[in-house]
Amino acid sequence: MNLSEIVKNLDLVVCCGEEKLQQQVTGGYVSDLLSDVIANSAAGNVWATMQVHVNIVAVAVLKELAAIILVQGRSPAEDTLRKAREENVTILSSKLPAYETAGRLYELGIGSRK
Amino acid sequence: MGKPFSHSFIVEGRNFVQAGTASTKIKTMLKELGIDGGVVRRVAIATYEAEMNIVMYANSGTVVLEVTPEVVRLNVNDRGPGISDIDLAMQEGYSTATPEMREMGFGAGMGLPNIKKNADDLRIKSTVGEGTNLEITFRIN
Repeated sequence: MNLSEIVKNLDLVVCCGEEKLQQQVTGGYVSDLLSDVIANSAAGNVWATMQVHVNIVAVAVLKELAAIILVQGRSPAEDTLRKAREENVTILSSKLPAYETAGRLYELGIGSRK
Repeated sequence: MGKPFSHSFIVEGRNFVQAGTASTKIKTMLKELGIDGGVVRRVAIATYEAEMNIVMYANSGTVVLEVTPEVVRLNVNDRGPGISDIDLAMQEGYSTATPEMREMGFGAGMGLPNIKKNADDLRIKSTVGEGTNLEITFRIN
């Protein structure tokens, strides 16, 4: 499944990275602890988090994540958005809380992080 | 690869906007050198944690990347508070991060344990009030 299908199904807002929505998604990870994401997410994952500050971009770049999904309708901080555009990181926003966002992803078949 | 490759990065303490830059550059360099993907992923995790430790706790630091045909080595040096009890700092979940850092999703007490898990060898030297030195080695084969 690619990002654009996820955006459509979960009614996500595309904060940046419109041009990369064809990217395939390998799985998902949910955490607000950056070291946890660095240690345990995998390339091509979508990452659902409450964190909106600029350091989430470096995590996504290093782990080659498909996209960051901000939950509870959060928007990226201004410098986060700027950095994400520079680094070609896709940021999406979900109106749902993390648990429900993950549940909806699971229903779509985005089942494991590998 | 013939000659050993080496590159040095400066990391500023408390500069959260620049944080992660050295790790990202190191990952790109290793990929360009044709280092195995699994090794690159392990180095990236360890470098990120080491870099974030400098950003969060130290005044300044350097990360020196060295690549030989056998190993990738990171030498991480900082000027900062040092670590008074290294055994305690190595325990998963132990952290001296401030509440502000924790709110940002740092201070999970996973930094040094993540480095150790992903490296083939980790040596820590630290002097309280002066700084900390990490020598982190990854075997390529």
